[in-house]
Amino acid sequence: MGRYVIRRLLQMIPVFIGATLLIFLMVNVMGDPVAGLCGDRQCDPATAQRLRTDLGLDKPVWQQYLTYMGNVFTGDFGTAFNGQKVTELMGSAFPVTIRLTIVAIVLEIVIGITLGVVTGLRRGRPVDTGVLILTLVVISVPTFVTGLLVQLLLGVKWGWIKPAVSSEATFGELFVPGLVLASVSLAYVTRLTRTSIAENRRADYVRTAIAKGLPRRRVITRHLLRNSLIPVVTFIGTDIGALMGGAIVTERIFNIHGVGFQLYQGILRQNTQTVVGFVTVLVLVFLVANLIVDLLYAVLDPRIRYA
Amino acid sequence: MRGATHARWTAVAVAVTLAATGCGGGGNGGGGGDGSGIVSSSWGDPQNPLEPANTNEVQGGKVLDMIFRGLKRYNPKTGAAEDALAEKIETDDSVNYRITVKDGWTFSNGEKVTAKSFVDAWNYGAHLDNNQKNAYFFGYIDGYDEVHPEEGDATARTLSGLKVTGERTFTVKLNQKFSTWPETLGYAAFAPLPTAFFEDHDSWLAKPVGNGPYQVDNYAKGSQMSLRTWNDYPGDDKAQNGGVDLKVYTDNNTAYTDLTAGNLDLVDDIPANQIKNAQSDLGDRYLNTPAGIIQTLSFPFYDKEWNTPDGAKLRTGISRAINREQITKTIFQNTRTPATDWTSPVLGEDGGYKAGLCGDACEYDPAEAKRLVEEGGGIPGGTMRLGYNADTGSHKEWVDAVCNSINNALGQDRACVGDPTGTFADFRNKIGERKMPGPFRAGWQMDYPLIQNFLQPLYYTDASSNDGEWSNEKFDKLVDDANAESDTAKAVEKFQQAEEVLRDEMGAIPLWYQNGSAGYSDRISNVELNPFSVPVYNEIKVG
Repeated sequence: MGRYVIRRLLQMIPVFIGATLLIFLMVNVMGDPVAGLCGDRQCDPATAQRLRTDLGLDKPVWQQYLTYMGNVFTGDFGTAFNGQKVTELMGSAFPVTIRLTIVAIVLEIVIGITLGVVTGLRRGRPVDTGVLILTLVVISVPTFVTGLLVQLLLGVKWGWIKPAVSSEATFGELFVPGLVLASVSLAYVTRLTRTSIAENRRADYVRTAIAKGLPRRRVITRHLLRNSLIPVVTFIGTDIGALMGGAIVTERIFNIHGVGFQLYQGILRQNTQTVVGFVTVLVLVFLVANLIVDLLYAVLDPRIRYA
Repeated sequence: MRGATHARWTAVAVAVTLAATGCGGGGNGGGGGDGSGIVSSSWGDPQNPLEPANTNEVQGGKVLDMIFRGLKRYNPKTGAAEDALAEKIETDDSVNYRITVKDGWTFSNGEKVTAKSFVDAWNYGAHLDNNQKNAYFFGYIDGYDEVHPEEGDATARTLSGLKVTGERTFTVKLNQKFSTWPETLGYAAFAPLPTAFFEDHDSWLAKPVGNGPYQVDNYAKGSQMSLRTWNDYPGDDKAQNGGVDLKVYTDNNTAYTDLTAGNLDLVDDIPANQIKNAQSDLGDRYLNTPAGIIQTLSFPFYDKEWNTPDGAKLRTGISRAINREQITKTIFQNTRTPATDWTSPVLGEDGGYKAGLCGDACEYDPAEAKRLVEEGGGIPGGTMRLGYNADTGSHKEWVDAVCNSINNALGQDRACVGDPTGTFADFRNKIGERKMPGPFRAGWQMDYPLIQNFLQPLYYTDASSNDGEWSNEKFDKLVDDANAESDTAKAVEKFQQAEEVLRDEMGAIPLWYQNGSAGYSDRISNVELNPFSVPVYNEIKVG
């Protein structure tokens, strides 16, 4: 187990370097960010030149990358165009997004798995058909439609929530945005759980458990559900990363000053430092989440062993 | 959208009821009509650090307008430059100016505003090492080339044209005749700065200190700035409210929704897709007033195909193929007005705005357009690609409409196609590198309400924002003459003659004048936008 973890951690290094290099190159391909700093006019050439030197843009790309990575390892993620340290931006954005992600994941697990178990056990019954149709609707409606609709109905029309989240972004305020953000994944979790449960219900070990005379409740939670969760856990694990980085739409609609908003602004302003910094952290989140998922397999299914 | 409009009506009703019964969501503390209420207003994260000479967009400009007063101030209604801190500005030759600063002004930290506060600030703004994006504003002052050379390092610390002659007096020597130069001094870049700015720059940036009617109470970068009325403000435009909370919104659609839900008092820059609703949602609490912004189409004159002897006919033809009336009405819901000259209505007639100066050349006439384009040698290559940036400002909609209008007029399907660039920065890049394959959109927001500002930086040979590299000796000569003219009325006349040259050559196609828009809640009143489309915060009354 320990060796497996170390091996996995070592594998992360090339993935990390490759991913950051790719991001770095992509942002660079978009061209010279200094040109966008002076509004609808030409920056005066002398100032533009100085800004480029200050930002290190006058050096070749490979050298820029090496300098950047060197700085990152000493904890310096550079400075955004508005003079704020990128680490400062991260310090304000990540806690908000993490809260949002926690809300979304918890909702996904609680609602998604419950619905999945219920429908999986009652295959073909009206409740199953009903939930299936509902998930189909949720999956096919884009998040920005759900978001705007919920905002208009709950926030403006009925006044149950404030349509915009304040800068504190407490858990309470993030409940509705979290639900919107989780909605699509929630539908997938429901469907994955349902299929998995329905399939495993006929498995030998379930029949054995029932034959042993175990109570139905115990058969379902200890035997059936535990074995059926593997695909679901895989999905949720990768979803953590996707939710954290992909909340751009939800964050804009509900005025959440999180990672998605910073990334969006960074991309618009072509701010290499912000974009690469945030994506680097997201890459790390992805890698760690995936590792945890793989380790969870062994916990869920005793047949899986890591050596 | 009928249903949504309906829903919004109900929403407003609900919000009003809630507010009336005292359970409104707005978190602003009471303060009735006694001038102590706080206004909450939408904001965007300023792109650059909040230094006066480094702020070139509206979001940072809002703050500077609240915490600084310069020698001049533009009247929020008329746009005329009026003395603020200037007691007098005198000149005999339009080159040497003697400036006297009014007595009794201080910064909000108690420091006196002296001639030195101005001279130090201007020297800082002009110096190359300080990376100030508005440095070029000081380009008319003698010695600019030494502190801000086009290449290499600066050879002087200060502008040789600035001399402090007393506690409240200083002299300015320009490097050319510029009779209306004092009128430019209302721009934020010319604000005075306290010594704290130079001594402890970082903490100044964290909490800027100025001499305006408001002082910064608390600044959480990226989320909110709280400004409070400065009670000892010596000027006569004291704030009529207790303060302003500027809240950063991720999207101005969200800000607008928050306004309709009663959680926000003021939204400026209402998103284009909400304008239709704004009128019905807000009634007379929706503002749509002219701003000093004009949108034009520039041509790449560095490209031989676009710089032919008959080019003027071609360009005029294209201009006449654009149905401005229809586009401003259907796409912009009348928040743009078809342009008939190259300036802006906010200048007023005395200031140089002349409706109809463009004449026939800006009037839609498909038949004439077709004839002119054919006489001008046709569209180069059969298709022109109209460049724009797709990330902001709903440019795609109107560019497609302009192209449709041109295609219909010329009776060709592919005469004009939109050519989007992903981000604004990249778009500016291509323009800067002179790589535009066809005409491209150009927006100009005035720095100060002078006709000079609408012409010289944009169309003078090699001027800083002459992105199309249009060049005309006659035009240049007239602009020079106008700047040397000490009588304002005569100067304006010369500028208009220059504008006529621009028209005859159709150096750029004027499209429309842009309005500023804003909406506000029923908590506040006396809301106005100044000619720079910034709300006049100090005049807003709460309750």
